[in-house]
Amino acid sequence: MGKTLFDKIWESHVVKHIPDGPDVLYIDRHLVHEVTSPQAFSALKAKGLKVFRPEKTFATCDHNVPTLGQDRPIADESSRKAVEQLAVNTAENSIMYFPLGDPGNGIVHVVGPEQGIVLCGQTVVCGDSHTATHGAFGNIAFGIGTSEVEMVMAVQCLLQSKPRQARITVNGKLAVNVTPKDVILYIISRLGTDGCTGHFVEYAGEVFRDMSMEGRMTVCNMSIEMGAKGGIVAPDETTFRYIKGRRFAPSGEAFDASVAKWKTLKTDSDAVFDKEYEFDAADIRPMVTYGTNPGMGVPVDGVIPDSAAGCDEATFDKAMAYMGFRRGEQMAGKKIDYVFVGSCTNGRIEDFRVFAKAVNGRKKADDVIVWLVPGSKEVEAKIESEGIGDALRAAGFEIRQPGCSACLAMNADKIPAGKYAVSTSNRNFEGRQGYGARTILAGPLVAAEAAVTGRIGVPSVI
Amino acid sequence: MEKIDIIESTAILVPVDNIDTDQIIPARFLKTTSREGFGEKLFYDWRFKADGTPVAGHPLEGQKGVILVAGNNFGCGSSREHAAWALHDAGIRAVVSSSFADIFRNNALNNCLLPVQVTEEYLARLTTVLKTAPGTVVRIDLGAQTLSVPGVGEAGFGINGYKKECLMKGYSDIDYLLADKDSILRYEATHRN
Repeated sequence: MGKTLFDKIWESHVVKHIPDGPDVLYIDRHLVHEVTSPQAFSALKAKGLKVFRPEKTFATCDHNVPTLGQDRPIADESSRKAVEQLAVNTAENSIMYFPLGDPGNGIVHVVGPEQGIVLCGQTVVCGDSHTATHGAFGNIAFGIGTSEVEMVMAVQCLLQSKPRQARITVNGKLAVNVTPKDVILYIISRLGTDGCTGHFVEYAGEVFRDMSMEGRMTVCNMSIEMGAKGGIVAPDETTFRYIKGRRFAPSGEAFDASVAKWKTLKTDSDAVFDKEYEFDAADIRPMVTYGTNPGMGVPVDGVIPDSAAGCDEATFDKAMAYMGFRRGEQMAGKKIDYVFVGSCTNGRIEDFRVFAKAVNGRKKADDVIVWLVPGSKEVEAKIESEGIGDALRAAGFEIRQPGCSACLAMNADKIPAGKYAVSTSNRNFEGRQGYGARTILAGPLVAAEAAVTGRIGVPSVI
Repeated sequence: MEKIDIIESTAILVPVDNIDTDQIIPARFLKTTSREGFGEKLFYDWRFKADGTPVAGHPLEGQKGVILVAGNNFGCGSSREHAAWALHDAGIRAVVSSSFADIFRNNALNNCLLPVQVTEEYLARLTTVLKTAPGTVVRIDLGAQTLSVPGVGEAGFGINGYKKECLMKGYSDIDYLLADKDSILRYEATHRN
């Protein structure tokens, strides 16, 4: 029987197998941020240890940072202390750190690929569930808890049981107003928020082959929202082109040698998956969520259904009450209060290009507050150098500074209770964007439509 | 590290599916750099309104015990280990559900919090019994890998042999890994990634 891409990478990283137990898995890249690392650094220190392989460890601050006035000290005392602690911990352990304001700073999952830290065929972990993003490059990438962060720091390994595997194939061509975010929201709405729990997912087929790296990252990023351990796309020329010339990526002959190796990273034609799903690109329309988990999604021109996959009636009722919606209502035409464009899901340059193009000379709606938050300093710089910033400011928008921002509202960017926010982030859980905030997840095109009309609507085709 | 053998207690029933870690502990409480004190913040936004006054009739009201019985897909979403810390700090030693999110399961196991996975059918019957007889005592035997409840019967649950031994003897993964650093050095000598 043939092997999957996942099998091949996993097997090459097994240090040893524990009988009736997990594998000791070697980790190639450890990404670190300020929220899930301090307790790991202090536990390590208490054991008299330092980070074992600091050259494989990279850190940035993102969750606690303000998106305005980053040149000033962080006003919130606990946020400031968390960020300061990361600077101390990384310095003590000789770890590469991108502090606030540094040209390399940004959201950990935007920075990793952008800096060429994350390559192909690697094991990548971070104390953050959206680590799944890095599977877009053909990596086994998954989120871990702080105890596991400590293990990777101590020995560059983790104890992990090999997950089951699923393949999701989407063939055909996407309509012009359908973005990668719509593709993944569609898949999650079909499979449910726990549809792939215990599985690692490979995304295959024409739709993912045709996608940019930014698009593949958006898709893989949300693998966790259907319970998957991670998602992976086989690397190809699109992948290699993206990596070439990036700061920490191999260059010259070393790059060519790497590409030759990366080209072998494919699932064998006779490999067998535990689960297989197939979808048709023609069935995918622009999507929004209507409930309180990412599986509760419908096409923008659809109605709120009577039930959702993996959600009993009481839980569905609770979600409707929280959102202030009713079964059978149309999503299109609903009035919204906020729009947030950003996060590790849709905070990359391609997302701002798409948003700006969709605004297309129109003005921001007067009664909508819009937060445009670049995923990194590099994205911020490109927004300006490509003229997107000037165009959007002329249309009444404000470009903020990089960070996780309203995705999880750990900083000041909170959606007020009861208000509706169209958000390009990844989670619509109760209170995720602020106490009582009502989140409607969408892609950048739907977000642009909401930002200029103040309502949910099908994005116009440009 | 703490050990687990038999856990016997009344149960706290929270029959909601897909309880994500943002519900277990909201993000704004994750700014601290310590592991302590998260128990007070457990399910905070279900228990308190924005102004800090208690929510009447919230899902945990009036229930006591060290075993939490929840709906399907417990612990989904964010990887925050603070969720496991909060449950443990609040005195919870086992969570019973018909499925657990992968990262939460690992986090729980690394914090002496036992995830007990039963079938949907068993969970439905257990939920019904706990609703009608809230003081029912639930007994979990890690050695025998069983859960038994009067009126519901016995159910087995899975756990790998390595992890079971760790929990019963109080061993931790990091101690195992540190003791086997030679294997890791040998691996590094032959692999360049």
